[in-house]
Amino acid sequence: MTLLAIIIILFAGGLLAWLAERYFQAGGRWISLISLLFTTVLLTNYSSFITSTEAITDNTWWDSLKIPWIPRFGIDFYLAIDGLSFLMLSLTIAMGIFGLIMTWNDIQFRRGFFYFNYLWTLAGVAGVFTAIDLFLFFFFWEVMLIPMLFLIAVWGYERRIYAAIKFFIFTQASSLLMLIAIVGLAYIHYINSGQLTFNYNILLEAQVPSDIAYWLMLGFFIAFIVKLPALPFHTWLPDAHTQAPTAGSILLAAILLKTGAYGLLRFNLPLFPESSILFAPVAMTIGALSVIYGAMLAFAQNDMKRLVAYSSVSHMGFVLLGLYALDTIAIQGAVMQMIAHGLSTAALFALVGALQHRLHTRDMQQLGGVWSKLPKLSAVALFFAVASLGLPGLGNFVAEFTVLVGSFRSNHWLTALAAIGLIGAALYALIMMQRVFFGKLNKRLEKPIQESNTADLNVRETGALLVVAALLVLIGLHPQPIFNISDKTVQMSVNKIESALSFQKFPPKISPLQVHSSRVEPTSIEDNTP
Amino acid sequence: MQGLLAWVPLLPLIGFLTLVAFPLFNRHEPSQRTVACIGVGSIGIAALFTAIVAISVFWKNPSEIVNIALWQWMLVDNLELGFNFYIDWLTLVMLMVITGVGFLIHLYSVGYMREDADFRRYFAYLNLFVCAMLILVMADNLVLLYLGWEGVGLCSYLLIGFWYKEPANGAAAQKAFIVTRIGDTAMAIGLFLLFYEFSTLNIPQLTAAIDGPDINNEVVTVACLLLLGGAVGKSAQLPLQTWLPDAMAGPTPVSALIHAATMVTAGVYLIARMHPLYLLSETAMTTVAFVGALTLLLAGFSAIAQSDIKRVLAYSTISQIGYMFLALGVGAWSGAIFHLITHAFFKALLFLSAGSVILSLHHEQNIFSMGGLYRKIPLTFICFTIGCACLAALPFTSGFYSKDHILLSAWEFHQGINILWLAGILGALVTGIYSFRVLFLVFLGREGSASSHCNDANTPVMTIPLCILALLAMIGGLLAPPLQAVFGSRPDEDHSAWIEGVAIAMPLIGLAIAWKLFIYQKKSGEKRSSIMQFWFSGWGFDWLYEHLLVKPFKSLAKINHNDIIDNLYKGTAALSRQLNALLSSSQNGQVRWYLATFAVGSVLFLALLVAL
Repeated sequence: MTLLAIIIILFAGGLLAWLAERYFQAGGRWISLISLLFTTVLLTNYSSFITSTEAITDNTWWDSLKIPWIPRFGIDFYLAIDGLSFLMLSLTIAMGIFGLIMTWNDIQFRRGFFYFNYLWTLAGVAGVFTAIDLFLFFFFWEVMLIPMLFLIAVWGYERRIYAAIKFFIFTQASSLLMLIAIVGLAYIHYINSGQLTFNYNILLEAQVPSDIAYWLMLGFFIAFIVKLPALPFHTWLPDAHTQAPTAGSILLAAILLKTGAYGLLRFNLPLFPESSILFAPVAMTIGALSVIYGAMLAFAQNDMKRLVAYSSVSHMGFVLLGLYALDTIAIQGAVMQMIAHGLSTAALFALVGALQHRLHTRDMQQLGGVWSKLPKLSAVALFFAVASLGLPGLGNFVAEFTVLVGSFRSNHWLTALAAIGLIGAALYALIMMQRVFFGKLNKRLEKPIQESNTADLNVRETGALLVVAALLVLIGLHPQPIFNISDKTVQMSVNKIESALSFQKFPPKISPLQVHSSRVEPTSIEDNTP
Repeated sequence: MQGLLAWVPLLPLIGFLTLVAFPLFNRHEPSQRTVACIGVGSIGIAALFTAIVAISVFWKNPSEIVNIALWQWMLVDNLELGFNFYIDWLTLVMLMVITGVGFLIHLYSVGYMREDADFRRYFAYLNLFVCAMLILVMADNLVLLYLGWEGVGLCSYLLIGFWYKEPANGAAAQKAFIVTRIGDTAMAIGLFLLFYEFSTLNIPQLTAAIDGPDINNEVVTVACLLLLGGAVGKSAQLPLQTWLPDAMAGPTPVSALIHAATMVTAGVYLIARMHPLYLLSETAMTTVAFVGALTLLLAGFSAIAQSDIKRVLAYSTISQIGYMFLALGVGAWSGAIFHLITHAFFKALLFLSAGSVILSLHHEQNIFSMGGLYRKIPLTFICFTIGCACLAALPFTSGFYSKDHILLSAWEFHQGINILWLAGILGALVTGIYSFRVLFLVFLGREGSASSHCNDANTPVMTIPLCILALLAMIGGLLAPPLQAVFGSRPDEDHSAWIEGVAIAMPLIGLAIAWKLFIYQKKSGEKRSSIMQFWFSGWGFDWLYEHLLVKPFKSLAKINHNDIIDNLYKGTAALSRQLNALLSSSQNGQVRWYLATFAVGSVLFLALLVAL
């Protein structure tokens, strides 16, 4: 019930926030905050699973809820949570609160409707991370899209309509492919077994002819990497990020991009292990190229928000690389990267927003020397820029390092190529620091700073940012709890892949994986012997 | 007693956090005295703890090894990394250098930075640096080492760009970070390769694993070369040496601590730490030796041509680290570490004395504007002279013992005259020339344009570290650490007297040449011959990289600034619009037109029916 309650609270909170605007101007944000805090409390229900992951071995899901929805087509309202879902759900709620606090005073008009959209996006994402019925998953996938569209189109910056439409078309077109793939998968399973169902747990065992499976896998894959985003489907992201209001950018970067990565890990790898193995070199290439290409474009930007947006393309490339390395360490790293990137990039977007709020520009040609006027903001920005370039001791390093160490076992050259992205990350992070914060104070800034008596970060902003910074340090120095929580989900996917490998007896081309599979403890192989 | 060692890196970290968190609790900037107490005190206590452990635990037993396990860092699949420290004599030596010399430089900084508004930020960075450096040398696995490795790189970046208002400083800082990051990335790939091959990154386990029967020597060679990539980046060796001269943009004590005594020698430490791996690969060893030999010569000649006092010292640092690499390459592990120690003493001394000169001359750094300063700042003069004597390896100074050790090892390595030994000998001559050149130009001879307004800027907090370092530089030759337990002992060989003679003679000849060139016929700094100009520019490496890498990358980035892939989608959108325009032009509201198209369409349709 907890899962249902979380989603209902977010939906209901959104409606309430909208209604409350009539009576009380600032009502929306307080209602949002209260509902988010309430969901946080609900999430703590699962704390027993975190501390004792070892003890619960028989059941994959920590908790689930199944209500028949459209029985005729075998569609259930089926929510479930496991370690991966829990991590993603926590990230969603945490970053929801963070975005809310960072933009507490930003919204000037139609506030109620803004917070309605904000909470509904979160609700959609929460649904995506917990839906275990494929049709329900698709439903939530669409639910999170529409309110996000409004956030960009109504409260965005100069070219918001263009960006919103671009965002919508990219996501909508790709999710159509996913719908076809979902229906196709359910249909084939129906033909084979006579049972029409969209239940993930049952479809996991579906026997799909390998050529059809390949196409279905591609349908899911494209939908997910558009969201990720990876080359060559990334071009909606810089526009959407740049034009979205700060809160929207935070949601996009921290949470919405993660749904793509989550989908790959939850659906693509376990549902289509054979096709994934065949497709892995292509996917890893896309990942490695995204890392390099994103970094290069980030370096070339003048708009600070675009820079951070392209850095997301680069960072999410590591996720794709790690997932398709089909290696435990790499996939664990990819999960870690989802979290670390969520935290660091959300904070960077928040900082760009704070800067723009104060100086009315995010064009780096008009900025410069901000440190001398806003030392606190600059110091915090330095921290997150450094996190983003992967400094050891912070979360992003743990993630990138494990991704690369793991990927290296399956493909040396692509991993080495992606590692060059580490240099690229240093380039764009440092050029941003130099152009915005260091150097002499830009003459164009003197006037706005004097006139508006620009204030440094206030207590609310400092507090929120420091909490995120502390989380990054914590993950960087003690990532083990997160590895433990996601371990079972990752292991499940890896086992699927490995059993697929051992059945098919692939040619020695993919020898690193076979070497790897021989190392796995016998128990985990037994689990999957049909 | 051993538990104290865990506090050694923790104390600077606490110092850093306290200094950084100050504005959270207090509206007013803390007084300089408070900042200095926290900043210097934390390192002072760390140095004290190191000394206590060194005396009580390590002194009696040279083969003592202390393991300190703090917490599990990562455990995924078979990747197991701990936040654990491993301290043997090699680490202990590094600890003593870092905390000891670090403490003296911190103390000196209190005086040097007294007029800077960002006093707190300076000490915060400096403390963070010491913490990262300590983690680097204490790490028991390569990933933790990498953490320290990148951490010192970050602090180096922050401190080079400390005076951030000057864009040139920022550029130098970025250059330092990015050039070293290139090496670091090679090193990271080396770590992946090592893990792939040996399934562990724990240093003791790695060294145990390579004793195994079937070791793939090619993999080891590649891994060693990749680690060497990291080492040459951090230690400013060929081909990644270009960042160090520019790094002199930072405050002078920073140059002393980071860019002379500690961080830049991290590469030497890395290779010495991984020496069992290098011993397996002759290719890697030879590469290390040749990188060192080549670097020490190139940097030595560049030092002769410089006009900025700090850049002379920077090139001399590159050159001296070249000696250490040469030593590593010929297997003289303890010789390299010994030179690392003496170099830390005398180079810190030289930089700090140079700092006093610069401060006394109100931030003048051009040696051709100086001259005749020995009367005005005598103490600095004495310290600088001692430093130069050590640098040039005049007999009975500390530099002499360590450099002599390296030259003899190079000789032994090939049992006779060989190219490495010749490079070392020639380097000794060049070292003599450039070190006395700068001494003569700055302190002796005629007064330069800046000499007249020289005020002795030394305060007691500056003179005390100077004197201690001068003492250490003099007697450092007697402090050869007992590293046999780490590296194994080598039999002493007898050498014919003339080899020693050559090694002693070279610096003296250099001194004579410098005397002749720069005292008798003082040349002006403005005109340089073309070869001097070439050396001045550091053998054109900056130019080469600028045209080979930086410019192509920048122009590529600029061309693709708007993301060429987006054109695909923009094109699709434009195409749809065109089609839309085409079709909507048919809906023009004219009945004639509708009738005509209807008729034509019907005819075509009928024709089609008939045809099929």
